[in-house]
Amino acid sequence: MDTRYTPEQEELRHTARRLARELGPHGVADLDDEKRKGRVAEAVRDAGWLELRHDAGDGAPLASGVEAAIIADALGEAVADVSFAGPVLAADLARRAGAAPIDEAVVAFASDLAGAAVVSGPTTESPAYAVDCPAKGAVAAYVLVPEGDDYRLAHVRVEAAADGSSADLTRAVRALPAGASVLPVADQTRLLTPADVDAFATLGLALTSADLVGLMRGVLDLSVGYAQERRQYGVQIGSFQAVQHLLAEARCLMEGAASAALYPAWAVDCLAPDEARTAGCVAKAYAARAARTVCETAVQVYGGMGNTWECIVHVYLRRALLSAQWFGDDGAQLQQLQRTRLGATHGLS
Amino acid sequence: MDFRDSPAEADFRRRFRVWIAENNPGLPSSSTDDEYWARQAEWHTALYDAGFFGLSWPVRFGGHDLPSVFDVILDEELAAAGAPPRPSLGYLVQGITTHASEAVQQRFLPGLISGRERWCQGFSEPDAGSDLASLRTTATRDGDDYVIDGHKIWTSYSDVADWCFLLARTDPSVPKHKGLSAFAVPMKQPGIEQFPLRMINGITKEFGQVAFDGARVRASNMIGEPGDGWRIAMTIVSHEREPGEVGYVARYAKTVKDLEATVRADPAAFRSDQREAVAWAYVQAEMLRLHVRRRLSERLDGPDHGPGGSIDKLLMTWTEQSVGAAALGLAGSRAVIDADDVALKIYLYGRAQSVMGGTSQIQKNIIATRILGLPVA
Repeated sequence: MDTRYTPEQEELRHTARRLARELGPHGVADLDDEKRKGRVAEAVRDAGWLELRHDAGDGAPLASGVEAAIIADALGEAVADVSFAGPVLAADLARRAGAAPIDEAVVAFASDLAGAAVVSGPTTESPAYAVDCPAKGAVAAYVLVPEGDDYRLAHVRVEAAADGSSADLTRAVRALPAGASVLPVADQTRLLTPADVDAFATLGLALTSADLVGLMRGVLDLSVGYAQERRQYGVQIGSFQAVQHLLAEARCLMEGAASAALYPAWAVDCLAPDEARTAGCVAKAYAARAARTVCETAVQVYGGMGNTWECIVHVYLRRALLSAQWFGDDGAQLQQLQRTRLGATHGLS
Repeated sequence: MDFRDSPAEADFRRRFRVWIAENNPGLPSSSTDDEYWARQAEWHTALYDAGFFGLSWPVRFGGHDLPSVFDVILDEELAAAGAPPRPSLGYLVQGITTHASEAVQQRFLPGLISGRERWCQGFSEPDAGSDLASLRTTATRDGDDYVIDGHKIWTSYSDVADWCFLLARTDPSVPKHKGLSAFAVPMKQPGIEQFPLRMINGITKEFGQVAFDGARVRASNMIGEPGDGWRIAMTIVSHEREPGEVGYVARYAKTVKDLEATVRADPAAFRSDQREAVAWAYVQAEMLRLHVRRRLSERLDGPDHGPGGSIDKLLMTWTEQSVGAAALGLAGSRAVIDADDVALKIYLYGRAQSVMGGTSQIQKNIIATRILGLPVA
């Protein structure tokens, strides 16, 4: 038992953080800089990070969930406006179905964003959303088609939306067109079992939790820096215990979430799918609650400035709202734990 | 990164599981019942004699020289078996191994670790709580001895202790942090009077006050050098704040397991908010278990006496108080009708966690100034 990163993982973490810091937005105005956005997307692609969950040839992924989580954390820390978890999750799902991943594909989610969209007919009926799409162009969004207790993988074409803005200013959420054709994934060699879906959910919970941990670390660094600079009553506001205690609590929440988030990232490749998913539920429940509090603390420490569009802290808060919701927020995870651990059934009072 | 047991760890886990199945003392939780405190020494020596205590401490003092992560396994298996947590005295061991001379270590560590000699910790005083350095108990040199005069409070297990790890002022002429020294003071002597304290949940065997009136201690029982007291105290309290050192994770996990079993027996008998509180307590207890795994894994790089224990302490406090809230919520009216209700006792006992070992406010001051680097007010 040794939960420290390996030297290779430390190196990856170092590289990912440096890249995210260099190419990520340094201010809100940078979010409109298409050239910079192109550079960060290219850097992530060139690093091979979108292929981490591709098939290594033996059915196993090229890299473990830990590596994917290290990158998700680094990108969250810098609110890097680049598509990462979306395509990585799509490739993971395709690998589990024994299919070659469609280039730049993402996964379509049901309207609560908690799980992959399930479609039974020849066209989409209920609203569904492609989350964390690449910035430009049409993409394929995977959907699940029930077949007995299992699922067949299919996909839907999603065009680039003209005004597809979501709460998160750094990642795209696109609505699937209503009545769009559900297209086959011709080369799939296996049906996705409920265990596959659990494993996919675990990876989603691990990556969204890691993103939230990164967001907390990033926004906390900014807030501590601001508290050291901003002066009122002739002194730094960070010298007031009222402010110190808010930031100290935020640091603890970040550390607790970081400890919890390591486990599902490792477990997704090493534990039974149901056990791994429980680890994911725990991490996400903790990280989603923690991140909400930490980002709200950041807005508070920044005071009036924190409530302006120009101040970057709302970019963290907004991204945290999407990462919390994606694969289910704290309330959803606690409900899931009530079902799996407490024997509660859906619809119980 | 690997959360799995190594072959040696798996073997240890198996051996312990077999042993605890036969040797679970079946004690009530330490937070709810005097019986636990009455039989704690017995539990300590049983665990030690079977080779399952002091895992990461030096072999020459009765430990096993194992990596700290073995304590994670012990805590997990204790919780799984519904057994009491391991005795919490690692912070005293850390204080003595870090600061005491070889002679003092050889004299005191074997008895402390084996449980054959019982210890208490005399730091706080009625007028020196958070401001510990202002303490007024004095140790005055008299030949080969020091003479102790003063009053200590919150002295856990003082009534059964053979020794007190005492912090006293040896030099009143220097600034308050510099005039303190630490001693191993024999407790069974004239000049020491005990006043037990009853806690808010009714427990009487844990807490005490101790009056020292001309009690004597040999100068050779000093731990560290004269004036080292503050530094030694800070080593000790930094570890007293670590759940990995005190082993409370097992207590929380056991309580959560009991709460979950209660709900599972009849889920429809509870409101959704009651069940959600139990699920949240599980999340917190798991977070803390994983946090301890992370912190004890970091110790594989070597010990760290830094301020990180303050973060651990707040996470532990929030966990204990979430578990207490879940227990109280699940008990509902039962906890207010019956003063002996276990959930009521667990809940009330949990209030102390945000005070003992340094209040949550003091932990936040430490985190803000020493970890975040914010200016001292």
